[in-house]
Amino acid sequence: MSSAQTQSVRTGRVTRSFIYLFLLVSALFYLLPFFIMLLNSVKPLGEITGGNMMAMPEVFTLEAWKAAWSTAQVGVEPTGLRPYFWNSIKMVVPAVFISTILGALNGYVLTKWRFKYDTILFGLMLFSCFIPFQIVLIPMARILGIVGLSGSTYGLILVHVVYGVGFSTLYFRNYYAAFPTELVRAAQIDGAGFFQIFYRILLPSSGPIIVVCVIWQFTNIWNDFLFGASFASGSGAPMTVALNNLVQSSTGVKEYNVHFAGAILAALPTLLVYIVAGRYFVRGLMAGSVKG
Amino acid sequence: MSFLNINNVTKSYGSIEVLHQINVSVEEGEFLVLVGPSGCGKSTLLYMIAGLEDITSGDISINNRIVNGVHPSNRNIAMVFQSYALYPNMTVGQNITFGLEMHGVPAPEREKAMNDVAKLLQIEQLLGRKPWQLSGGQRQRVAMGRALVRNPDVFLFDEPLSNLDAKLRVNMRTEIKKLHEKLKKTIVYVTHDQIEAMTLSTRIAVMYQGYVQQLGTPKEIYDTPANLFVATFMGSPAMNILPAKVVVQDNRPHASVATSEGNTVLLPFSQANLAAWQGKDVLLGIRPEAITDLDGADRKSSNIVNLQNRVDVTEPSGSDTFVTMTLADRDAIARMRADVSVAAGDVFDFAVNMDKAVVFDPETEERITEG
Repeated sequence: MSSAQTQSVRTGRVTRSFIYLFLLVSALFYLLPFFIMLLNSVKPLGEITGGNMMAMPEVFTLEAWKAAWSTAQVGVEPTGLRPYFWNSIKMVVPAVFISTILGALNGYVLTKWRFKYDTILFGLMLFSCFIPFQIVLIPMARILGIVGLSGSTYGLILVHVVYGVGFSTLYFRNYYAAFPTELVRAAQIDGAGFFQIFYRILLPSSGPIIVVCVIWQFTNIWNDFLFGASFASGSGAPMTVALNNLVQSSTGVKEYNVHFAGAILAALPTLLVYIVAGRYFVRGLMAGSVKG
Repeated sequence: MSFLNINNVTKSYGSIEVLHQINVSVEEGEFLVLVGPSGCGKSTLLYMIAGLEDITSGDISINNRIVNGVHPSNRNIAMVFQSYALYPNMTVGQNITFGLEMHGVPAPEREKAMNDVAKLLQIEQLLGRKPWQLSGGQRQRVAMGRALVRNPDVFLFDEPLSNLDAKLRVNMRTEIKKLHEKLKKTIVYVTHDQIEAMTLSTRIAVMYQGYVQQLGTPKEIYDTPANLFVATFMGSPAMNILPAKVVVQDNRPHASVATSEGNTVLLPFSQANLAAWQGKDVLLGIRPEAITDLDGADRKSSNIVNLQNRVDVTEPSGSDTFVTMTLADRDAIARMRADVSVAAGDVFDFAVNMDKAVVFDPETEERITEG
């Protein structure tokens, strides 16, 4: 116990209680809105419109969740969010996969197969991380039109790969910069080719940074609204756009409980990815900078 | 033509030439050590033999085949890296057989080759482990196993012992030498440690500032260094370099050197052609072990000279006692047997073995050779 305690700064009882109090308040501050959403998604609509948003549900029902998932009016069709959820999956999975693989390849080339002007090229790729989405909307729409991908999920995948590859290259470049070049040299002498070195030597050692990259790309692409709203239309729209349409549908009464349930549904996948892979996240972020 | 032939090889990065007209050749089964201080180009030269760096001009041939432009994996070489470069995601066994796998050797043969090498290096019990589970010495063995299993024409070692602690380094040095004597393979070995160079090699190339200063057997390098750099780089403690004037007396050339007591002593040269340097300044090079007490002097030498000088410092190392004195206004070190009774401040009778002395031209810093 004593050896473990010397690792951290010693604090007095009073200081410590203040720290815990602060942490508790912060946690509440973030959890409360989520709690309200959860609370109201399991109430019948009448309880929300007729009473207190903060009150516990008198009747517990999952009707709102079912409606949000499969029957609610999204735009003009009473389909619920289900088809759009699958749209998002069909967009996110290939986009994350492709941008991660491309980023890994870029990082590999930029650190282990150095060439003239490689730092400039890397700088230009980094630049793409800082270009606001709005600027590229019109040129991107034009290009998607030319290559015949406008309004399709493939078009969205392309857009997200192009945008994601800047960040994934940054991650992998920094990670591979700390990866000993002598290993690549040794593999060359052993007779391994360009791609063999990549998938036999580098990729198996890239676990932490792959996790970081996947979490980052998944969260960004899943949560994207602007590209989804601009480049996908009608039944091809991703979850985020559909959620907006669900909430904005102006016919009849506002079904707040359904809206809450839909919003939670839309946030669930990113939450899940973070919970499953999150413990690698910080470890991976640190791995590039601090070498053990 | 020699087994490994480096012929007029240069290396430039842009307009900067880092290796100038390198000529080195060794026969099959030799142990060539490239030695020199950091930045002398020794590792670059090794990488050029390996094919990991391009050759700017000249050519390198291995086993009568010019290998310029040949991919590293097709040169029939194997390399042991300074950091060992073991693949972290593979077991020891996979590390050893990776090269064979890449060369399309069938699995049963790979298995057999791996077991043979593991037995030779006594690492059989480690085959299933990952590199991070190994100690430094074990990693070193695995790295050597990975090179051995390929049965190459030439082994390349890039400072393989520099990451080990002092005791282990000496052990592994002996192991490498044993292995070489057993396998009789051609080895090119890069190090900055002159003791490693002396103990391991059959031939040494001393490199400095992109030039090979001298190529020769360890004895040639040690006893007849080509120039001042080689003389002072090889050997520890370093060779004493003393400014002296050549005086001819009784038809014999002598080095005139100032002692600590303000006198001048005449040390007769064993090298007769130095008479031509009469009246000129030279640099006299004497190894510490050529300056001893009278009893410790080499009995086979025909030219032992007595020299009285004051002792500045004594440093007993256990096996020897190093004695520092002032000679020709420079610090000079003598190496005595441990039981010689000598104390700082004494005026002591030194015996200088002038048979072992070498002489350098102060202008060119080249050794003045006999005849």
